[in-house]
Amino acid sequence: MDGRRKFLRNALAFLVSGSALGGVLKILPSSALAKEASRTGKWYGFGVSVDKCIGCTRCVEACKTENDVPKEPFYFRTWVERYIIRKDGEVIVKAVETKPEGVPESASDREVLRSFFVPKLCNQCADPPCVQVCPVGATFQTKDGVVLVNEKTCIGCRYCIQACPYGARYLHPETRTADKCTFCYHRVSQGLLPACVEVCPTQARIFGDLNSGASVMARFRRMNKIHVLKPALNTEPKVYYAGLDGEVR
Amino acid sequence: MTNEIFKSLSEILPQITGFIYPNEIEIHWGMLIVVYPYITGVVAGAFILASLVKVFNVKEVQPLYRLSLLTALSYLLVAPLPLLSHLGHPERSYEMFLTPQPSSAMAMFGFVYAWYLMAVLLLEIWFVYRTDLIAWAESESGPMKWIHKVLSLFSKDRSEGALAFDHKALKTITIVGIPSAFLLHGYVGFIFGSIKANPWWSSVLIPIVFLFSAIVSGVALVILLYMVITPLTGGKINMKCVDKAVDFLFYAVIVDFSLELVDFIHRVYQSEEEIKILSEMVMNKLFMSLVIIQVLLGMILPLGIISVTKIFKRRFSLNEDLRKMLYFISVLLIQFGIFATRWNVVIGGQMFSKSFRGLTTYKMEIGGIEGLLYALVLLVLPIVILTVLLKILPPWKEMKGEGNGKELTGEAPLGGMHAPEA
Amino acid sequence: MKKILERMPDALARLLVVFIGLAVAGAFVVIVLIPKPLKDVKIQWADAVKREQAKPVKYAGFHACAECHDKIYDKKKTGYHRDLSCETCHGPAKAHTEDPDKVKPVIPQERAFCPQCHAYNPSRPRGFPQINPVAHNPLKPCASCHNPHDPKPPTTPKECSACHGEIARTKAVSHHVQLECTVCHQAPQQHKISPRSVKPTKPQTREFCGKCHAKDAKDKLARNAPRIDLANHGEKYVCWQCHYPHSPEVE
Repeated sequence: MDGRRKFLRNALAFLVSGSALGGVLKILPSSALAKEASRTGKWYGFGVSVDKCIGCTRCVEACKTENDVPKEPFYFRTWVERYIIRKDGEVIVKAVETKPEGVPESASDREVLRSFFVPKLCNQCADPPCVQVCPVGATFQTKDGVVLVNEKTCIGCRYCIQACPYGARYLHPETRTADKCTFCYHRVSQGLLPACVEVCPTQARIFGDLNSGASVMARFRRMNKIHVLKPALNTEPKVYYAGLDGEVR
Repeated sequence: MTNEIFKSLSEILPQITGFIYPNEIEIHWGMLIVVYPYITGVVAGAFILASLVKVFNVKEVQPLYRLSLLTALSYLLVAPLPLLSHLGHPERSYEMFLTPQPSSAMAMFGFVYAWYLMAVLLLEIWFVYRTDLIAWAESESGPMKWIHKVLSLFSKDRSEGALAFDHKALKTITIVGIPSAFLLHGYVGFIFGSIKANPWWSSVLIPIVFLFSAIVSGVALVILLYMVITPLTGGKINMKCVDKAVDFLFYAVIVDFSLELVDFIHRVYQSEEEIKILSEMVMNKLFMSLVIIQVLLGMILPLGIISVTKIFKRRFSLNEDLRKMLYFISVLLIQFGIFATRWNVVIGGQMFSKSFRGLTTYKMEIGGIEGLLYALVLLVLPIVILTVLLKILPPWKEMKGEGNGKELTGEAPLGGMHAPEA
Repeated sequence: MKKILERMPDALARLLVVFIGLAVAGAFVVIVLIPKPLKDVKIQWADAVKREQAKPVKYAGFHACAECHDKIYDKKKTGYHRDLSCETCHGPAKAHTEDPDKVKPVIPQERAFCPQCHAYNPSRPRGFPQINPVAHNPLKPCASCHNPHDPKPPTTPKECSACHGEIARTKAVSHHVQLECTVCHQAPQQHKISPRSVKPTKPQTREFCGKCHAKDAKDKLARNAPRIDLANHGEKYVCWQCHYPHSPEVE
């Protein structure tokens, strides 16, 4: 009686502690792994020069065309935000519409302190919270650092959409699965540039392998003061911004 | 299909204030995900109430013991339904079991659920009813006899030793069951609390707040059910029992209220970058559901009513009928309050933009899978299941029993017990 | 021992049978019946990567156009539009590269097209060429004056505002509205033809602004100008480090 009870208790303790330990180890951030991968092979990143963006939204249109994103203004793999910071401290932000606006603004408003455009896209985080929360492993990081969604196994629970701090994901209305920027993975694998980078008229967007020695990407990161979005969340974005204003979130 | 989505999204557009990321217009977790934590909350709460009897030996609430177990079971059976229905691809839900990602809080749902259902609730109910099932199977005829026979797993042993084992097993299961119930609902809280991208959810207190609001909703619902079912079956409400249960409810509400207050003060005092948009949301879009329904009607008013009954009961021995009515109003208000709590967490967490610059709006649909009607069906379904369970596993004897300190389970229901009004 | 065996089985044994039965059935379904690709997330990922890579390309990329359109390509190479991809204006052209005769890329001709980039917008970076489409030769297609493959002003601009629109517009609502650009800048003729190679002058000293704003300024433009004492007004800095000359802050 006593021996059996002891055995049961030990077995229970073993099971509980074992599963708890295993669980904790697996829950721990996978950033160590991510960084290791970044040293070998390709590790894609993206650069945005805020000072070069003219807000023409060629990128948004090209992205929607290239990736069959619904044209309705509720689904974006990339978009451009316009910031107007007024002297009284008020910050006005709008997503730039792809249709050219009717009459252009003429005289500059004297109440405006500064104003600029900021392109946004999936940050392809090195430590992606969307991948962490996906219950079925439908969203994952490729070995070259791109976060993809497997539309054949996504169950459409939208936990990843909630977990993305950047609003980069949406539920595709036709497939009913999560969808997001892939850095144009199909183009990149063929040596082409992502569609948005391809059509950007002012080189405000650049793309490349972060491991390459000499490239636009390398020079961009070398010659600019770089910032990423929401660094405090420790997602380690791979979309790098040069000349980013502190008001941009 | 897609055109309808576009249309409903376009209708939201004019109601957006400030700036939100363009993908944030749609609120992805709607009514169904509000219903889900409400239902699991009832499960956990009802089970905790049952544990009061078994583990903490609170004899007064014995009449609620079986009813709360059956309530927990009927709500637990419905719990996965809102989750399944809201999926973009419900037919792929089996993947949760085939390729669960250990890093995902949500992936654990299936396992937590299965553990709670199989290892805790069903086992406990089986042990509680085992001797009754044997007795019923012996005394009945027709299909009911066979149902009870199968449910008892054809066991026949009613020896003293077997009863003693039942008793011991029950105790063990309940002891395992309390952390499991905490796990079940704390886990639901963790699903929200672990989202670092969302400051409305991301808080260590959220799982604990969820837990206590779960206890509140579960206890209140069982009291409500008891007060409705007993007269319907011709019984008399045992006021000693209700008084005691309301006592527990009272303390649970106080703890829940203090926790939420701590969370609120903490947020306001820390006043991080999201505080502006959150206070704008609370003062505008959530004012009705949070300030009025959740806090005033769902917490402060019932607390006040129960306090009044407590004071007057002692001083003037408040008349029972009036007390019953006041209790009834309180537990009903608490139900609405807790449902509003779930609403505010789930919907509120998606109304503000993660750019902290603007708010979107939740447009409730009436029909359709995300609509109000379906949500109501899901809320009524557990009651239907409970009715069936009450027919198969009637707890009447216990509910009508005096319950004033007399231990009823274990050795009491020996033979000759008939299923009443079946 | 016998006693234990006698009373254990009835409750526990029955449960054990049920649970083991369920476990065995579950294990059988998972291990035997369900094919491996459904269980192995690595296989699913490899498939997903392949599917993603196989998606059709719609923008052909800047190299593809040069193969046939070498003349335009060479012309574009030297102009201001040298960094633009052909597909920025002509749209996705992969289909055109596959069947050049059947599928033709668009040639944007409507006047609304160029202003998507070149309409004045105060949020656009300084120095980016912008016009006011309402005032700038209304109704005339852009291409009638500018060759989009080598865009430059059709004639040497007379007004500075032809290129420096943002400055002109800022100045137009400022206290300096009355001042010609040439009051402060000397622009050599060559600047109008080759703007980057020869730059206009800029004032260098505090005394330049002092010609109007010093307390003893005698310039005839200075009649209503606010006066300061150059000796003690913000002495460490030159004027334009605090006042933007095209819209001097004086409030």
